Amino acid sequence: MYEMLSSFAQTGGLVYFVLMFAGALLYALWPRNQELFDHASRLPLNDDKPFYQDGEPSDE
Amino acid sequence: MTFNQLTTRQSNNSSIFAVGAFLSVFLLLGLLMASFAKDAAIGHQAMTFLFLGGAFFVGLCMWAGNLIDRDPFDESEYENTLVKWGVFASIFWGLAGLLVGVVIALQLTFPNVFYFPELGWTNFGRLRPLHTSAVIFAFGGNVLLATSFYVVQRTCRTRLAGGMWPWFVFWGYQIFIVLAATGYLLGVTQSKEYAEPEWYVDLWLTIVWVAYLLVFLGTLWKRKEPHIYVANWFYLSFIVTIAMLHIVNNLSIPVNLTGSKSVQVFSGVQDAMTQWWYGHNAVGFFLTTGFLAIMYYFIPKRVDRPVYSYRLSIVHFWSLIFIYIWAGPHHLHYTALPQWAQTLGMTFSIMLWMPSWGGMINGVMTLSGAWDKLRTDPVVRMMVVSLAFYGMSTFEGPLMSVRAVNSLSHYTEWGIGHVHSGALGWVGYISFGALYCLTPWLWKKTRLYSKSLVEWHFWISTIGILFYMISMWFAGIMEGLMWRAYNEFGFLEYSFVETVEAKHISYMIRALGGLLYFSGAAIMAYNLVRTALGHGEATSLDEANDPLKTPEPRTALAPAE
Repeated sequence: MYEMLSSFAQTGGLVYFVLMFAGALLYALWPRNQELFDHASRLPLNDDKPFYQDGEPSDE
Repeated sequence: MTFNQLTTRQSNNSSIFAVGAFLSVFLLLGLLMASFAKDAAIGHQAMTFLFLGGAFFVGLCMWAGNLIDRDPFDESEYENTLVKWGVFASIFWGLAGLLVGVVIALQLTFPNVFYFPELGWTNFGRLRPLHTSAVIFAFGGNVLLATSFYVVQRTCRTRLAGGMWPWFVFWGYQIFIVLAATGYLLGVTQSKEYAEPEWYVDLWLTIVWVAYLLVFLGTLWKRKEPHIYVANWFYLSFIVTIAMLHIVNNLSIPVNLTGSKSVQVFSGVQDAMTQWWYGHNAVGFFLTTGFLAIMYYFIPKRVDRPVYSYRLSIVHFWSLIFIYIWAGPHHLHYTALPQWAQTLGMTFSIMLWMPSWGGMINGVMTLSGAWDKLRTDPVVRMMVVSLAFYGMSTFEGPLMSVRAVNSLSHYTEWGIGHVHSGALGWVGYISFGALYCLTPWLWKKTRLYSKSLVEWHFWISTIGILFYMISMWFAGIMEGLMWRAYNEFGFLEYSFVETVEAKHISYMIRALGGLLYFSGAAIMAYNLVRTALGHGEATSLDEANDPLKTPEPRTALAPAE
C-alpha cells in the first residue's frame, strides 16, 4: 500500500502538478489575455461608484 | 422595489434567525459544559463563552426587533459598518498584543523585577503564547477579516453575501480570541506553537472559519464583475488553506467531553512534522498570502495606478501556492525526521525566494511614475517599506533554511529577529498602511486627522524595528557560536547560563525597540480615532458630491412595500 501510494506520488503526482502549473503559466502569458488583464488591473481604481450606478441596473 | 430585491432581502433577514438558532445550540452546549465541568479551567471558559455568546445573542434580538422600519442588508449598498468594527478590533488587539510583547521582553531582560510568583498567570510561559496569538490571530486576523470584506465587495461590485452571517464570522472570531487568550492565562494549552488552543476552542474556530469561507465564496458567486481580481485569489487561498491546516494539525481526542484536556492523534515525528507543516504554512498562508492581498488592492488604490504587471501577479500567486506548502520540514533539521524530507523542505524554501521577490517587485514597481508619493505620502512610504522588509525577510528565511546555516541559527535569537523583521516590518506596516487608508474611506473623510502624526509613527516604529532586528542578530549569532564552542579538552566552553548572561544588553535594546514600535502604534490609534471623529484635517467629504453617500431609500420606498 505504502509502496503503491509513494510511487504514484513520485510519478503521477509530479506530472499532475507540473501540468497544472504549466496551465497557470499559459493562462498568465497567453497574448490574447492582455485585454482582460488590462481591464482587471484597473478594477480597484474604478470601484468608487457603487455597483448599482455602474450602468447596469440589474433588476429595475 | 422588484420582487427579486424583495426575496433577497427576506432571505437575508431570515439569516438573522438562522444565526440566532445556530448560536443558541452552542449556548446550550456551553451551559452543559459549565454544569458538568471536569476542571476549573473549562468551567471558567464555558462561563466566558456563555457571557460573550449571550451578549451577541441579545444584540441579535435587538436587531431583529426593529426590522420593520429598516433594511439592515440593503443590497444596493456595501456592508461598511462591519468593516468599521473590524478596523476598531484591529486597533484594539494590535495595541494589546504589542503591549504584552513589551512586557515579556522586559521579563526576559529583568527577570527579577518582572517576576510575580504569587500571580501565576503573569508567568512568561503563559504570556508568550498570549503575545503571539494576539498579534498574529487577533491583530492580523482582524485586519484580514476587515480588509477582505472591504476588498471583495468592491472588486466584485456587490454586497457581502449571507446577511447576518458575516457578523457571525466577526463576533465568533472575537469570541475565539477571548477564549484562547483567557485559556492561556489559565494554563489551558495543547503545547503546539501557534496552535495552542485546546480542542473545544479549535472546534469553535472551525465553525467560524467555515462560515467565513462560505460568506467569501457566496460574495464571489454573486459578483457583478466577471473577472475575479487577483487580491481575492490571495484572500481565498488564505481562507481555504488555513481551514485545512487548522483541522489537520488539531486532530485530537478530548480526554473528557466536559474537560479541557485532549490527546493528539499523531505522535512522535509525525506529530512534529504535522505541527511544522501547519506552522510554516501559517506563515505562508496567513502572514503572507493574506497580506499580499492587501498589497494588491491598497497600494494600487492609494497611488492611483494599476498594479505593475497583472501577468506577474498571476504567476506570483500560483508559484507561491505550488511551492510554499512543501517548505515546513526546514523547521526540523537534525531531528528524527528523515533526511530526504529535511532536504525537500530546504530545497522548496530556497525556491520560494523567486516568487517572493517577484511579488515584492510587482508591488514596488506599481509606484512607477508616482515615486514622489514616497516623499509626500507617509502612508505610501509605510506600505513600500513593508515590501522592503518582506523582501529582506524572504531572503533571510531561505538562507536560514539551509541545513548548515540552520545548525548555527536554530534555537537562537536569530530566529526571533527573523520572525520580527517579517512581522513588524512586513505584516505590521502593510496592515498599518491599510488601516490608514480604510479609516478616512469608511468614515467618509477627506484625509487623516494629522499627516505629521503618521510621519512620527513611521519613524519611531522604523527605529524600533531596527533596534529589534539588529540586537537579535547580534544576540543570536553570538549565542549560536557560544553553544558550539569547545575548549582544548573537548568539553563545552560555556555553560548555558553564561550564554543567557551574554545576551543581557541585546535584550535591553530589544525591549526598547519593542517599546518604540508599540508607541508608534499608539500614535496611530490616536490618529485614527480622531480621524473617525472628524477632527483636525479630517473634514467630511461633501455629502452631495459623495458617490458613496448612503441613500435614504427606506422611508421613501416604504409605500412600495
